[in-house]
Amino acid sequence: MNHLLRPLAPISDSGWELLDSEAKQRLTPALAARRLVDFSGPHGWEHSATNLGRAEALVTSPQGDVGASRRQVLPLVELRADFTVAAQDLRDRDRGATDVDLGSLDEAAHRIAVAENVAVFHGWEEAQIAGIAGASAHEPRPLGDDTDGYPRAVAGAVELLLGGGVGGPYGMALGREPYRRVVETAEHGGHLLLDHLRKILGGPIVWTPGLDGAVVLSMRGGDFVYDCGQDMSIGYARHDTEAVYLYIEASFSFLVASPDAGVALTV
Amino acid sequence: MGFDQYHEPPHELPDETRTFARMCASLTEEAEAIGWYEQRLAVEGDGDAAAIMRDAQGEEFKHFSMDLEFLLRRKPLWREIARGILFQTGDIVEHGEASEARATGGGEQDEAGPADERSGSLGIGGDAGSVR
Repeated sequence: MNHLLRPLAPISDSGWELLDSEAKQRLTPALAARRLVDFSGPHGWEHSATNLGRAEALVTSPQGDVGASRRQVLPLVELRADFTVAAQDLRDRDRGATDVDLGSLDEAAHRIAVAENVAVFHGWEEAQIAGIAGASAHEPRPLGDDTDGYPRAVAGAVELLLGGGVGGPYGMALGREPYRRVVETAEHGGHLLLDHLRKILGGPIVWTPGLDGAVVLSMRGGDFVYDCGQDMSIGYARHDTEAVYLYIEASFSFLVASPDAGVALTV
Repeated sequence: MGFDQYHEPPHELPDETRTFARMCASLTEEAEAIGWYEQRLAVEGDGDAAAIMRDAQGEEFKHFSMDLEFLLRRKPLWREIARGILFQTGDIVEHGEASEARATGGGEQDEAGPADERSGSLGIGGDAGSVR
């Protein structure tokens, strides 16, 4: 048994299968950042820090004429989103019920996915995570509200990256509202705006809940690293006669190695 | 001379498949030799003999690694899955599930399923996301 304490939960194999399947279905489309950046791991719950390959000099030393320095690392952060499942629903599931209420789990999955996306794209100061948009060496550029201007804005971002010597392919994370606009829009001649933008980028366009606007970034590799400790997992906290209290948990760090490899587009 | 490495009539197999089968057999033999030397070393009391065996086992490590690299170069999917498992720290089973899901990029691995029994991980890895 590991720290998730799953064997202690009053949940049958069938119940766990339901919860894990539902969580995976909800998390997979929402965890957008992982689709666009380098993914390292999972390295396990014990993985605590990302190697930065740097050291800082220490002023003092245990012995005269001996230099000293300390390695610098980026600590992993833990995200945890709590949810509950009614004990009656779990019993019904074991009887074969297919309409179990998993609303609390669904909300938790969305919350933790949004948290991860926000950390990667907008940053998280206390966690020492510089987001792609926040760390970008380029000034944010307007995406605008009018989809007619989207191809020009995206092409401009790609050209900016190219001009800086940052090769492709390029991908784009799109916040919910601009994503909706893109998928519902056909340009003159009936061509889907989505296809047009994809051709400009040469890479994927990813629905990214939690992101304001859009981010165009290089996917050549080595520029952005998501260092995964424990991948998304469901753990057990406690239970009473009415409900089982669970959580979704993950640990990770995020490193921007090339601030000039991403461009933020604002709405 | 035996032809045990062939599971199908050799004359019906293309050349590259016969070569692949030979290298799989070689890989197996190298792994067996590594295991045999490990056992011999565990019981050998003569230091000189043990040193020679240790040196010989090192040769088998090399042979096994070369065989494996050859096979991985011939099977890109195998190579891709191995890339996520070999030389990593952390939970091997978790790496295996995530690497397989990443390498296959769909099909069964994209289906929602139960978490890994040991780690509890949902095995989402780096292939998450709604991509258009």
